[in-house]
Amino acid sequence: MRTPVHPPAVPAFDEMRDAGGLVRPAYDRLADWLTKTPKSVFRRKRQEAELLFRRLGITFAVYSDDAGVERLIPFDIVPRVLTAAEWARLEAGLIQRVRALNAFIHDIYHGQQILKAGVIPEEFVLCNAQFRPEMLGIVPPGGVWAHVAGIDVVRVDEGDFYVLEDNLRSPSGVSYMIENRSVMMRLFPELFSQNRIAPVDHYPNELLSMLRSVAPPHAGNPTVVVVTPGMYNSAYFEHAFLADEMGVELVEGQDLFVTDGFVFMRTPQGPRRVDVIYRRIDDDYLDPLAFNSQSVLGVPGLLSVYAQGNVALANAIGTGVADDKSIYPYVPDMVRFYLGEEAILKNVQTWQCREPDSLRYVLDHLDELVVKEVHGSGGYGMLIGPRASTAERAEFAARLRATPDRYIAQPTLALSTCPTFVQQGIAPRHVDLRPYVLTGRTTRVVPGGLTRVALEEGSLVVNSSQGGGTKDTWVLQE
Amino acid sequence: MLSRTANDLFWMGRYVERAENTARMLDVTWRMSLLPSGDRAAGDWGAALQIGGGEDVFAERYVSANARNIIQYMVLDGDNPSSIYSVFRLARENARATRGTTTTELWQSLNDTWLEVQALDYDKIAKRGFSRFFDWVKERSHLFRGVSTGTMLRDDAYFFQRLGTFLERADNTARLLDVKYHILLPAGEPVGGAIDYYQWGALLRSVSAFSAYKRRFHDAIWPQRVAELLILHGDMPRSLHSCYRELDGLFAALRELYRRDFECFRLAGKNYSRLRYGRAESIFQRGLHEYLADFLDRNADLGAQISSDFMLGN
Repeated sequence: MRTPVHPPAVPAFDEMRDAGGLVRPAYDRLADWLTKTPKSVFRRKRQEAELLFRRLGITFAVYSDDAGVERLIPFDIVPRVLTAAEWARLEAGLIQRVRALNAFIHDIYHGQQILKAGVIPEEFVLCNAQFRPEMLGIVPPGGVWAHVAGIDVVRVDEGDFYVLEDNLRSPSGVSYMIENRSVMMRLFPELFSQNRIAPVDHYPNELLSMLRSVAPPHAGNPTVVVVTPGMYNSAYFEHAFLADEMGVELVEGQDLFVTDGFVFMRTPQGPRRVDVIYRRIDDDYLDPLAFNSQSVLGVPGLLSVYAQGNVALANAIGTGVADDKSIYPYVPDMVRFYLGEEAILKNVQTWQCREPDSLRYVLDHLDELVVKEVHGSGGYGMLIGPRASTAERAEFAARLRATPDRYIAQPTLALSTCPTFVQQGIAPRHVDLRPYVLTGRTTRVVPGGLTRVALEEGSLVVNSSQGGGTKDTWVLQE
Repeated sequence: MLSRTANDLFWMGRYVERAENTARMLDVTWRMSLLPSGDRAAGDWGAALQIGGGEDVFAERYVSANARNIIQYMVLDGDNPSSIYSVFRLARENARATRGTTTTELWQSLNDTWLEVQALDYDKIAKRGFSRFFDWVKERSHLFRGVSTGTMLRDDAYFFQRLGTFLERADNTARLLDVKYHILLPAGEPVGGAIDYYQWGALLRSVSAFSAYKRRFHDAIWPQRVAELLILHGDMPRSLHSCYRELDGLFAALRELYRRDFECFRLAGKNYSRLRYGRAESIFQRGLHEYLADFLDRNADLGAQISSDFMLGN
């Protein structure tokens, strides 16, 4: 087992206290509460929280475990706080970024202006496995591609948020944003009367309005459904939660069928037409006739209905081309190209190992960098240079030389820390944030998001599959 | 609602009811085995297996049909799809798949049940006491129906789930009566002795009908009256008549909601009138076993018709 290095190589930005130990304005009231509340109370409340989550069945499956094994994501009872001003800047940056990403996806399936202008090398897009030639020339209902985007951001200093990753296929975690809040309100109602905290539980309502707004024009009063791969999927709880909160059907591929150019669902009263599909399955499994023919999760013929404009899919097919790690470095260029603006949110410097100069730099600086798989996610298959042993670095170097195309590298960011309740009491732990950006006729963000926290001291890996936890995220109102 | 959801709800109702009936049947067998006439105990355990079905599978996997093995098989064996363990697991899975159409309380109740069942083994049940354990299973089933009735919207989700409950209950009562009646009624022996009193009393108790019998007949326990009570009496909640009265009401509600007729309505109505207007004498003239075997077939046909009418979505 690897021993974590502490303290981190670079001093991290502490969101609660400044360098002189003074409490920052956002944590004004909370710091007081943290000091006054005994450890035993926190411990008891944490147990209560766990019981609530387990009873509500808020669990997720870990792929490496036996099918059907359910785990709880550890929940930290200390909320993370952002001021109204911090949020306003972040929100503006998120909306700008997602507008540019939507414009980009539309462009590459239509005129490909950005490729013609030479802003992004053609092969990065056209040879990308996530590029779907089937979508060329297709205009999805409402002209929206990435209806739901989860943008992973981190802070490294007082002023700036950096984007780590754009998730434009079917980002998960939003149910935890809502349930974390609801559990916090049950455990600590007094905190909510003392602080003015922007609510988040209207998210499903916003989601439903957005989905209805992108229905095909013929739909009238559209029928919306959520499509899940099934109850053994790691995010099944969330699929069920969102369907329930929106009051729509949670369906699997087998519940839908295509006939006469429309999609129908099987009901006790016979077939019923479906107009908008919020799908939580990957492109590859959507339609065995068009994509992976082995898929039993999908609906045969769905793509043809979609191409005729008779059903809306959220997100659209082919959005994965824009959240690929090889496209990521160009997002600020997209903002400039499509919106004529400078990006509000910064990108983390990225070396593409497929470029020989970059590869050389990465190999020379492996002990400083984080190396990720281009198509990887969930914190699997990555190397955190400063934390790795010499042997691990040597092994990774060999992989890099063998298949450089599969990797990118970034500097090891000193992710900001937030106070977290751990064994020793309240201590700083590294966090990131995933806000959820909804695009229908307009682009909106519910104030907050999912804060993930690396519970192990010094650890920078916040993924739930790797021992990370979550926190309630507060956006204070003016 | 989806056809798949209708199917899940229907089976959720069936699974929980099956758990309760298995517990009732094992409880009465357990109590009987404590009586001094212990030589009959082995036969009783065999009958328990016969009522629950799956004797073949049991014979493949267990050496002897003793109490421990049968309890292990019918309560805890995850490979027996009808064990209490399995049906609670399946009911909970169905509850999980249909959370959108039921209530949080219903899910929580079945989830709690499953969490407890999951942690059980034979020694824990033995230590807790078998009867206490069987009572607990019954209580979880009572809670399930109570929570459903007390919290669910009266829409098709509720109706399908209740259809499962009563179709399963009718099946289980008929099986129990069919198997037990023949064991308890050895040919040529006089009835009415002390042993009979306990045996028939236990059968009645297993369907919570002991005091109902007394109140209805003010008489000693006569086998034919037991059968009559469990088949034809509409005021006895586990009788076949009573189950079909519930089913009839549920189909009427579905007809009103969907504004059309389905084949299963007709089948159910036919079965219901046979119970409602049937007479005990004609049942016994024909032979109880023949009558019950025929009933079980009709009941199974109704289940298949419900599935074909509502759960395939064509």
